[in-house]
Amino acid sequence: MWEFLSRLFGRENEGSKAAAKERLRLVLVHDRTSVSPYLLETLKEELLDVISKYMEIDQAGFEVNLEQGDDSMALVANIPIKEMKRALSKTKN
Amino acid sequence: MPGKALVITSGKGGVGKTTATANLGLGLALRGHKVALVDSDTGLRNLDVVMGLENRIVYDLVDVIEGNCRLAQALIRDKRTRNLVLLPTAQSKEKDAVKPEQMKELVKQLKEEFDYILVDSPAGIEHGFRNAVAGADEAIIVTTPEVAAVRDADRIIGLLEASGLYDPSLIVNRVRPDMVRRGDMMDITDIIDILAIPLLGVVPDDEGIIVSTNRGEPVVLNGRCRSGEAFGNIVRRLEGEEVPFLDLRGDGIFEKLKRLVGLR
Repeated sequence: MWEFLSRLFGRENEGSKAAAKERLRLVLVHDRTSVSPYLLETLKEELLDVISKYMEIDQAGFEVNLEQGDDSMALVANIPIKEMKRALSKTKN
Repeated sequence: MPGKALVITSGKGGVGKTTATANLGLGLALRGHKVALVDSDTGLRNLDVVMGLENRIVYDLVDVIEGNCRLAQALIRDKRTRNLVLLPTAQSKEKDAVKPEQMKELVKQLKEEFDYILVDSPAGIEHGFRNAVAGADEAIIVTTPEVAAVRDADRIIGLLEASGLYDPSLIVNRVRPDMVRRGDMMDITDIIDILAIPLLGVVPDDEGIIVSTNRGEPVVLNGRCRSGEAFGNIVRRLEGEEVPFLDLRGDGIFEKLKRLVGLR
């Protein structure tokens, strides 16, 4: 009977904890990723180094950004390629 | 061996930093350690009032920094134990009257004489926060089970790391067991999952803590009060003892009634 009563009284409020958790999760995804432009710049430089081993990139058009959706974050990179390196296509065959 | 300096911080205001500092300090002192409490919230001092020592202040932290008195002259001895002193801050000075390097030097001096130095940090992440963390060896973060407080705690974890303070521990304050049970408050597991730092203690919200603050008698003196018991347990954990966390579930009126009628 207690179970029934507490369920009866609890029902109206159901989900306020879940709502808190979900809102917190989202706000932290954003907080944590938007912390430092320095981090993004470092990431960009390292990406550039790695990719340059395999292909020639148009550095002026190279962009790395974080984009926020309704309930997700994505790392979006735009990497225009000037030329593939021949050595690579040979070894890969 | 020099003492250990702990900064008690939170980001958000009003979550119980000062209350936690007072209780942990008194608790440690009553267990035989020499403790110095430092209020670093210049311009908005509170720790003296929470400790019930507001009538004894002659000199303050800014006087020490400015050389108006010696450090020993500004330390106020607690009325309950000789092991505890308070270094109050100035109420009428600007909050940037103290610089982080000066604070660091001061804490270093205190560490020569005391086992524990607890620095009560102001809310916020600006000047006062940087002063408070300047001399600290370890950090304790206080939060409450609310979205805004946990969010600020997360930010503080990052800022502490940037100041070289890794692995802070967490006190979750003002937990309402009845609301957790109803699903209307985030529980400890939720918060620890999100912040991913070790839990130092859980303090229930009860009337005892308000009554004790009214009187200037930290609640840790009152072992019959759940919040007092919780702070006592945190003190023992700080000493390295393994103390189980309080079971806060059995507090509600429904639980009491159920036990009364033999349903559990």
